[in-house]
Formats: sequence, C-alpha cells, structure tokens
Amino acid sequence: MSKTALSLETPPDLKRPALVSNDRSIGWVSHNVCDIVEAPTPKWWLLAISITSPIALMGLICIIYQISNGVGVWGENHPNGWAWDITNFVFWIGIGHAGTLISAVLFLTRQKWRTSINRAAEAMTLFAVICAGIFPAIHVGRVWYAWFLAPIPNTNAIWPNFRSPLLWDVFAVSTYFSVSVLFWFVGLIPDLATLRDRAKSKLARTLYGIGALGWRGGNRQWRHYEMAYLLLAGLSTPLVLSVHSIVSFDFATSIMPGWHTTIFPPYFVAGAIFGGFAMVLTIMLPAAKIFPQLNDMITRHHVDKMAKIILLTGSIVGYAYLMELFVAWYGVNKFESFTFFTARANVNGEGWYQWAYWIMMFCNVISPQIFWFKKMRTNYIVVFIVCQFVNVGMWFERFTIIVTSLAQDFLPSSWGHYAPSTTEILTFVGTFGIFLTLFLVFMRFLPMIAISEVKGVLPEADPHHHHPKH
Amino acid sequence: MSQSRKVYGLGAEFESAGALLTAAAKIREQGFSHWDVHTPFPIHGMDAAMGLGKSKLSAVVFVGGLIGLLTGIALVSIPSFILYPIIVNGKPYDWRTGPAFFPIIFELTVLFSAFTAVGTMFVFNNLFRFYHPVFNWDRFTRFTDDGFMMVIEARDSKFSETRTKALLEEIGGKHVTLIHD
Repeated sequence: MSKTALSLETPPDLKRPALVSNDRSIGWVSHNVCDIVEAPTPKWWLLAISITSPIALMGLICIIYQISNGVGVWGENHPNGWAWDITNFVFWIGIGHAGTLISAVLFLTRQKWRTSINRAAEAMTLFAVICAGIFPAIHVGRVWYAWFLAPIPNTNAIWPNFRSPLLWDVFAVSTYFSVSVLFWFVGLIPDLATLRDRAKSKLARTLYGIGALGWRGGNRQWRHYEMAYLLLAGLSTPLVLSVHSIVSFDFATSIMPGWHTTIFPPYFVAGAIFGGFAMVLTIMLPAAKIFPQLNDMITRHHVDKMAKIILLTGSIVGYAYLMELFVAWYGVNKFESFTFFTARANVNGEGWYQWAYWIMMFCNVISPQIFWFKKMRTNYIVVFIVCQFVNVGMWFERFTIIVTSLAQDFLPSSWGHYAPSTTEILTFVGTFGIFLTLFLVFMRFLPMIAISEVKGVLPEADPHHHHPKH
Repeated sequence: MSQSRKVYGLGAEFESAGALLTAAAKIREQGFSHWDVHTPFPIHGMDAAMGLGKSKLSAVVFVGGLIGLLTGIALVSIPSFILYPIIVNGKPYDWRTGPAFFPIIFELTVLFSAFTAVGTMFVFNNLFRFYHPVFNWDRFTRFTDDGFMMVIEARDSKFSETRTKALLEEIGGKHVTLIHD
C-alpha cells in the first residue's frame, strides 16, 4: 500500500480564489475606482438621473400633498390604521440592514471579500434609511407634532412613555442612521484623500480635501483609525440586530393575532438581511455591467457568496413562516389560527389577501432555492431575476403581516377592506426615485469601492509577499 | 527660497510594503522616536515593527459608552419614576419594569460609544489639520496611490541631515528628500 507524503500545501482545488482577479496592482485599484468619479459625466448617467429625479420629485410632491391635506389622502381607514406606510417603512429599513451586515458583521468575521462591496452597500443603507424615515414621520398626520416623539416633555409637561416600542423605534432608527453615517464616513476618509491627491481642478481638490480632513496615512494614524473602525464594527453588529428586533416589537408587543409572536425578532432580522442582500445585488450587478473595470473586484465569487447568504436567510425566513403556521395549528388560539389559515393562507375561501400571502411564500421561500446550484449562483441574469422576486416578496411579507391582521381581526363586524390610494402608491414609487437618485449621485462623486480596503487584501499588500518580479 | 525655511524632516520612498516594514524595524533599532510611515493601507505587523502598542482609543470609547449607559438610565428613569409616571395597562414602576427600559438604554450606549470612537479618532490622529509640512514634498501624495513613504522629523534628537539621509538610503529608501516646513 503506497502512502502519499504528507503535504502542508493546500490542494489546488481547495485554494481560495484571489479576492481581486487578474493579479492587479495597488496602483490599478486607485486608478480604476477613481476613474469612475474623474471621467466626464457619462451619457447613461444623465439619462438615468433624468428619469429618477422626476420620480423623486413626484414622491416629494405626494408627501407635501399628504402633509397639507392629512392622512385622509391615503387609503388607511379603520380598521387598517397601518398599511402601506408602515409596510414601506419596514421594507426600506430592512434593506438598509444588509449594508451594515456587510460592513460590520462580515468585518468582525474576517470575511475579506466584503471589501469590494461594503462602500456601496453602506451607501445603500443610508439612502434606504432616509426613505424609511419618511414614512413614520409623515404617517403621524400632523407632522409639526412629530417632536412629541422626542424624549422631552411636550404639552402640559407630559413625557413620552419610555416603555412603548414606538418610542424605542425612534431611538433605534435615529441611532442606526447616525452610527451608519459615522461608519461610512470613517471608511471614506482615506479614499477621499486618494481623490484629493489625484484631483486636477482646484475645486475638486479643495472639496475632497475638506472631506479627507487632512489625512496623511501615517501608521500612527492608521492604528487609531483601525481601532475606531473595529469598534464601530463591534458596535454596529448588535445595533443592527437591535434595530430590526425593535421594529418587530412594534408588532410583537401588541395583542393582534399574527403579530403577537415571540419568533418575530430573529425572523425580522433574517428577513431584513435577506431583502437587503437582494437590493445590494440589484444595484451592484448593473454597476458591474456598466463599469467593466469593476469586474476584477466584484467577481463571480462575490456574487456566489451573496447568493449563498440569500439562500441561507431565505430558508430561515421560510422556516419562520412554517413555524408560524405550525404554532397557529398546534396552539389553541382560534384568532391566531384564523389569521394564518383563513386571512392569510385562505384554506377555506374566506380570506381576502391570500394573493399577497402566496406571492410572499413563492418569492421568499421557493425562488431562492434555485441557489442550491452553483451554476445558478454565478449566472448574473438568474441572480438578478431572483433578487427581484426577493424584493417583491419582502415587500409583500410586510404587507401581509400588517394588513391581513388588521383587516380581519377578532370581530367580523369590524372587518374592513383596504386598498391604497393613488397618492399612497405614488409616494412609495417616489421613494424609489429618491433612493436611486441619491445612489446615482453617490456613484458619480464618491468612490464606489473602498479603495484602501481593497488594496489591503491584495497579495502585494502582504509584507511577506514576494513579488514574481524580484 | 525653500532653502531659507526651517527643515521639517527627511522623506524616503520604499518599493513595497515588505521593504518598508524591514526599514521601519531598522529605524526603530536606531532609536528614532519622531518618525512615521505613510502608506495607502495599514500594513500588517507595522505597529510591532515601529514599537507601537495597542491604541488607547478603546479605553476612551469605554468611558464614552459608560456615559451613554448612565445617560440612558437617567433619561428613562427620571421622567418615568419621578417627573411624570404614565401608568399603562396597570403596569407598575418598580424594578420589574427594567426590561422595557433596556432598548433605549442600549441604543444610547451604542450612540455615545460610536460618537466617542469617531471623535477620539479625529483628535488622536490630529485630523482637521489641513496643512502639514509633509505635503510640501512633491512625491508625498503617492502614499494615497501606491507609494510607501517614510518621514523622519528634524526634531528627533538623533536626526542629522547628512547621516539620516545616508541611513535612509542604506536601508533601501529611494528619492530621499529634505522636507521644509
């Protein structure tokens, strides 16, 4: 029997693929990322922003119309006090979570492939949270009283109720936005310095120079910088989990059937990551198509890994859906089983919104299962299509949770149908305009890829690396 | 013109991260204290090579977080217990109400810690200082592209225009340049 010699070399088929393909140099990274910002404004960009900005404007007009006329311009009415507004809020805030997951959780777990996607994903987080924040602010009706949510005594020296999940939500979302901005900006500092030092015009050099805060890249700076970055990642990780847990408390602490479940926090967090990764890919795949130079940094391996995360979180979400059904069946609460089996799944034909439920089931549970196949995970068209299913499915998940529970609750005499008004629909469409416009502006003026971080994962960056030239 | 200005230090460029790491270890052995390396990304092992310990930033952030925690506790308990107790669903205000206060206390701890981390980093790194003599060296800004630079300051007691220049050249430094203030 022959015995092969024990080798410490990694077998070729187990070797990890290079994070940046085609053996690119450090200078290549700065040149190709900055080139996107420095090149003359491309025609497609002007075309794209001339489509998205009127949509954003339409959204703003709808918001102004709603503020000046009251919540009556929406379809919400008793018993559906919440509908598209909170659906859209949870939808957008959930999308934001993928950016934080990529920037913080994958950083703490040393997933170095995150470097090429984290900047754009964090930008997406900020813009999604901006879109999310619009809805709770305007759904209160009299926006000028929104300051009642602040932890200060309002009329007659009444303080807000600190035991209310709605107040927790105010703290969670505003903290989340602030910390995300800080994290994003700290990451940007060295890259703004790169843009500053490459800038040809005095204006660009001054503006990027102000953003770079006089960054000198000294190791005595880097060590504090890295510590700050690590701490922000460590803080953002429990933060992102807390934010969507608290969003789910808005529902879970109520007594509505279909909302009052202990499974909500982990189920919402998994759903948020699931929907957010789909949105990251929705944006990154076209970007990689438009800028071919990015293909060496955003490779098939990245798409493959993100598709795996979609498969994992989609399956967790699927498990949660099935567990809800199981508990509804196994438990003895009539209202609970009515909500799940009649109002949502509609097994006996008396439910109203079964189409929303089954769209959600198909999009979130069935469609990502195609990612068990590597061929599908690396096919950009398939990935893009599945991501659109996920985007739709995650919106319908929130719609199902909110509207089915409210429209058909305990007492049939108080049931009521819900349909969105035109203003409501256009406001939601408008937030897509706001989101995409902000993202286009970001793409045009800021480095879309974390330059210094990508440089740091190149083989050349390893001080013990022996360059083939030498 | 530039000859009349005060000398800030000597700058040298190295060809790779590895070369800079080796050079940094040698400069440290020589006993220099006012010097730094400027790189496009943090180089693994450079802190040890330069003899720098762990950043003290985390200690400051701990204090910031603690202040956030105490602020959170004060913010939820003073109005709830003293200023304006709102009784909802007959739930009492005593120690059992703690879990309902937890989310806000937690969020404020995170918020204060994050602002402390970033603010302290700005202070420790002397950011917002837009003018710095190192920028007078025309090759210096290559550090944001693919340059690996080292700058030894003239205020270092071991600094000497000629001998330090020779030392930098000996350990592999290219384009050794005198930087003026």
